[in-house]
Amino acid sequence: MKRKHRSLNLDEIRERLAGARGRNYWRSLEEVADSEEFRQILEKEFPLQSSPLGAFLHRRQFLKLMGASLALAGLTSCRPLPQRKIVPQVQQPEEVIPGKPLYYASAFTLGGFGRGILVESHEGRPTKIEGNARHPASPGRQGVQPLNQPARIHPDGTPEHLGATDAFTQASILTLYDPDRSQSPVQQNRVASWQDFNTALAAAMAKQAAVRGAGLRILTETVTSPSLAALLEELLRKYPQARWYQYEPVNRDHSLEGTRIAFGEPLQAIYRIDRADVILSLDANFLHGDGASVRYAHDYSTRRRVRRDTRSMNRLYVVESTPTVTGSVADHRLPLRPSQVSAFAQALAKAVGLPVSAPSLPAEVQRWVDVVARDLQAHRGRCLVLVGESQPPAIHALIHAINDALGNIGQTVVYTAPVEVKPVSQTEEIRRLAQEMASGTVEALVILGGNPAYNAPADLEFARLLKETTQRGAFTVHLSMYEDETSALCEWHLPESHYLETWGDARAYDATVSIIQPLIEPLYPSRSSYEIVDAMLGRQRSGYDIVRSYWQGRSGNTTFDKSWRKWLHDGVVAGSALPVKMVKPRLTSVLEAVQKISPVPEGLEMTILPDPNIWDGRFANNGWLQELPKPLSLLTWDNAVYISPATAQRLGLSMDTGGLANMVDMVEIRYRGAKVRAPIWIMPGQPDDCITVFLGYGRQRAGKVGTDLGYNAYALRYSDSLWTVGGVTLAKTGERYPLASTQQHHSMEGRDLIHVGTLQQFLRDPDHFIPRHGAGELPSLYPEHQWDGHKWAMVIDTSLCIGCNACVVACQAENNIPIVGKEQVARGREMHWLRVDRYYEGGLDNPRTYHQPVPCMHCEKAPCEPVCPVGATVHSHEGLNQMVYNRCVGTRYCSNNCPYKVRRFNFLKYNDPKEPVLQLLNNPDVTVRGRGVMEKCTYCVQRINAARIEAKKLGRRVQDGEVVTACQAACPTHAIIFGDMSDERSLVAQAKAQPHHYGLLEELNVRPRTTYLATVRNPNPELEGD
Amino acid sequence: MPQVFHRSSNTLARLSIVTGAALLVSSVLIGSNLSRSPYVTKVGAPVDQPVPFSHKHHVKELGIDCRYCHSTVETSAVASVPPTHTCMSCHSQVWTNSPLLEPIRQSYLNGTPVKWNKVYDLPDFVYFNHSIHVQKGIGCDTCHGPVHEMNITYKAQPLSMAWCLDCHRQPEKYIRPKEEVYNYEYKQPKNQLELGEKLVKEYGIRKEQLTDCAICHR
Repeated sequence: MKRKHRSLNLDEIRERLAGARGRNYWRSLEEVADSEEFRQILEKEFPLQSSPLGAFLHRRQFLKLMGASLALAGLTSCRPLPQRKIVPQVQQPEEVIPGKPLYYASAFTLGGFGRGILVESHEGRPTKIEGNARHPASPGRQGVQPLNQPARIHPDGTPEHLGATDAFTQASILTLYDPDRSQSPVQQNRVASWQDFNTALAAAMAKQAAVRGAGLRILTETVTSPSLAALLEELLRKYPQARWYQYEPVNRDHSLEGTRIAFGEPLQAIYRIDRADVILSLDANFLHGDGASVRYAHDYSTRRRVRRDTRSMNRLYVVESTPTVTGSVADHRLPLRPSQVSAFAQALAKAVGLPVSAPSLPAEVQRWVDVVARDLQAHRGRCLVLVGESQPPAIHALIHAINDALGNIGQTVVYTAPVEVKPVSQTEEIRRLAQEMASGTVEALVILGGNPAYNAPADLEFARLLKETTQRGAFTVHLSMYEDETSALCEWHLPESHYLETWGDARAYDATVSIIQPLIEPLYPSRSSYEIVDAMLGRQRSGYDIVRSYWQGRSGNTTFDKSWRKWLHDGVVAGSALPVKMVKPRLTSVLEAVQKISPVPEGLEMTILPDPNIWDGRFANNGWLQELPKPLSLLTWDNAVYISPATAQRLGLSMDTGGLANMVDMVEIRYRGAKVRAPIWIMPGQPDDCITVFLGYGRQRAGKVGTDLGYNAYALRYSDSLWTVGGVTLAKTGERYPLASTQQHHSMEGRDLIHVGTLQQFLRDPDHFIPRHGAGELPSLYPEHQWDGHKWAMVIDTSLCIGCNACVVACQAENNIPIVGKEQVARGREMHWLRVDRYYEGGLDNPRTYHQPVPCMHCEKAPCEPVCPVGATVHSHEGLNQMVYNRCVGTRYCSNNCPYKVRRFNFLKYNDPKEPVLQLLNNPDVTVRGRGVMEKCTYCVQRINAARIEAKKLGRRVQDGEVVTACQAACPTHAIIFGDMSDERSLVAQAKAQPHHYGLLEELNVRPRTTYLATVRNPNPELEGD
Repeated sequence: MPQVFHRSSNTLARLSIVTGAALLVSSVLIGSNLSRSPYVTKVGAPVDQPVPFSHKHHVKELGIDCRYCHSTVETSAVASVPPTHTCMSCHSQVWTNSPLLEPIRQSYLNGTPVKWNKVYDLPDFVYFNHSIHVQKGIGCDTCHGPVHEMNITYKAQPLSMAWCLDCHRQPEKYIRPKEEVYNYEYKQPKNQLELGEKLVKEYGIRKEQLTDCAICHR
């Protein structure tokens, strides 16, 4: 295929956008440029086929090959079935019913913070993670479920209290079955046994006992676990000269330091988003990523669910230096460089009456400050200002003071003692450890989890120091799930148990404790950090004994067994949240700190952020997360440097107009002597003169999936400036690099696909919120479908969708959807049944953003059905557009005829796990598809069938809420509603009766069952002109 | 110019057309019949098991109910083969020294499961659910045949899709009162179709829906 591309002409795009009349939604720069290549992508369902036959194959040869493959195809089907076995247990546990899943409560941690989960287990094999609605960080449809209510469990075994999750939690189960996990202890690149390690450990500890632990250093990630902390404290009592350090790259140093400045002690701020009428976020991506974001997204959505009787909504202002999920759903968004975000905060402080000297701001930014300040002041005690980790501690402190000045403390924000056991500056800790390693005082270094050789600040040269320490003969140990960059530099590498294999405990963002309960015996001889510390204390207890005896010791009462069982069952230790502290910020120290903020050097500014999917690099080998299109850029398998269109133009940087893979310019980022080569991504909404780089890529020893992808942004990260820096220079290298972004895939040619309006318009005339084409029902040639049973349908509320992608991964996990790799994504062959389309509206520099999840529409008059020559896609009576894999011969006519482009074709044998361990992951209730077969969203028909069968056994209809699709369960904002639309009381029928309800491409009259609620924004009239 | 072909060539030519056609037809017939024959479907072929378990002895002669061993048939998709413990609930008392039962005793002592050979094996893309069938009046022997007469268990039905659809299209041909589901001596009454229609209605079976693809395939 000829690939002739020209570079995007940003001026032309700008002109076109400016010249557009009326509402104008666009998906990508390429679409606006309307290049020939883009049209080609648009018009062909599968634009990049394998090379045409003529190129290398003669007609006769082709016929011969076809004949042979046909004959072989016939033969393979004649093979007798192998004799298969039934292996019953010897003693059947009481609660196990073969063929029915069980759900166990546990917790997933990221950055130390626990999120409650329920894990689906099929005969002892965990396959799917759901949220636990009893846990404060993973609320369900009705919010956080109270503990004193008995758990209602559907007869088919599904707990009713399914909660929401994020993409990380969903994907964490893939890591359990990752064939690249390390499977044995390794001593200096030689496979060793645990026995060997225990002997070596005993010798090292004996040596340290003699010097009271003077040479012993322990490095962990953030610890919130009470029982692990107790072990570490015991160890430090036994070895008083030893030190325990914590470090992870995405830490909360700035937040903690901010509270230290403002209140004189480290505190944890807990936001009550649901109580806030007006929210201002300064570089805080609170809806995505951290330990509370699922809860915050849920709370945020409770005030944005627009129905006919809605009278008010909350309002969200976001000032940010990188387009994020939170910014994408803001009513007003202002892109500013990081230093200007700080200046904005100071100006705001002044505007709400704090005695600060505000730096001068450009006029339009100052107007923003004034308008926002007025809005906040009009909602005293019912508003909230949040600040992101990337802002300096002084600004954090200032925001606490602003919230105090606005009367929000105790209302929309409360403070508790820190959740971390040891709330320290982790950057300070790793620096101290590096100094000690440099001075040669470290004789035994035990690194429990984490990957400091890869992700410690560049100026510390941690990898070199670690290597030298090991070479000097020190006892260095690294416990981790993969033999990674740090393991390679230690004397010992120990395989770590996955959290679904081991006991533990963790605190949530509000300090609620969950017991981490294993679902399966360790797949390999691995240990948890609890067990290693216990071994350092000279004991050999199991994780279960460690955690249980800790809690038994604390409770000390005779009914412990009963409460322990209840904690495990509920997934939450009742009453373990920390009490709210009454605090008041000390203005003088806040102002003092603000004055000390040093000015940012001239030149480009740079923000360093964790990757939205790969985080700090720990998920690098997780194919689900690698292939998940990143929010907003929709990039897969790579990180790029975000750069604004204007800055790109100024620096002469460009991207190609077409093809499914984007050829982009490479740049060299230079900062303080560090040089990193990286591909650019022209990002609408990125502030000018400010680039954003993402951590987590450029791994050297991540595993087969994650090694050597992207560039390593840690090389640009210094211990005195973790998140934002100035004085960066960019140089065009002249090279080009292919990036696989899905933003142009499955494009529906920009018809009336999304509808957006303001709350005022909705209140004024809800019935004309959406311009309707024609009146009433359109006529159809096909007969009307008559059925008095269930009519399954879905409504997606686009006001609530934040584009976090949790649904996409949940769908992937539930439905055995394979990953295809970067090269195949670049050909438009990604297999996700559910995609989240992102639309822009307005100019190039700060467009509004809308998200629209698109699963199969299950059209009542589905265009895919009549074109299938073999009847492989047909309708069910309940309204499902069924896909029959065994009938499919792969003509792809259905897909060509699908107006919504929701069908996915197995071009290759994607679902061919050469590693048997990956087969354990598959959901046994869903067929694993082979090559040459079409597939698509089934509305989770396996869940529908399970519910229907149970209801039929009881002689009743399926009740509303009994069928919860995987995407629906995962959604933090509950934007996805599924149910029986023939039942008038069902949530889905109610949603369909809303005035702002619409279907995609309604004019085609295919009667989609999946429909949408239009996006309702709540802009401030004073800023609306912007 | 002499004739190239002998006169008999005409006959040969005609013959080859006829035999060619006959071969084609017969190969199709043979193929389609063979694939449906017990040679391929294994209907009626006893399957060797680690322990020669006799359903005839346990069911007919001793009168043990199906559900004593296949305990999840009413609750789950699978009827389940009993754990070793179930065998030992009797065989710790009776036939304690029988050499035939050695694998069972070993399993119980060592905690290693017995690996039974599957007799009824559906392809992985078919999702059959026992519990709904027994709830809606499909007797065990409708699919499993005269199990109470089997010394070594064999497959009684071909398990082809056509066979499934025979009942899914016309359940009234096979349905029986719920309370007769486990009665292996149940005989269909003369007015089966009449009774069947009544039961189908009574049990709330939506016949149209039974042939939806996603009922069995997902």
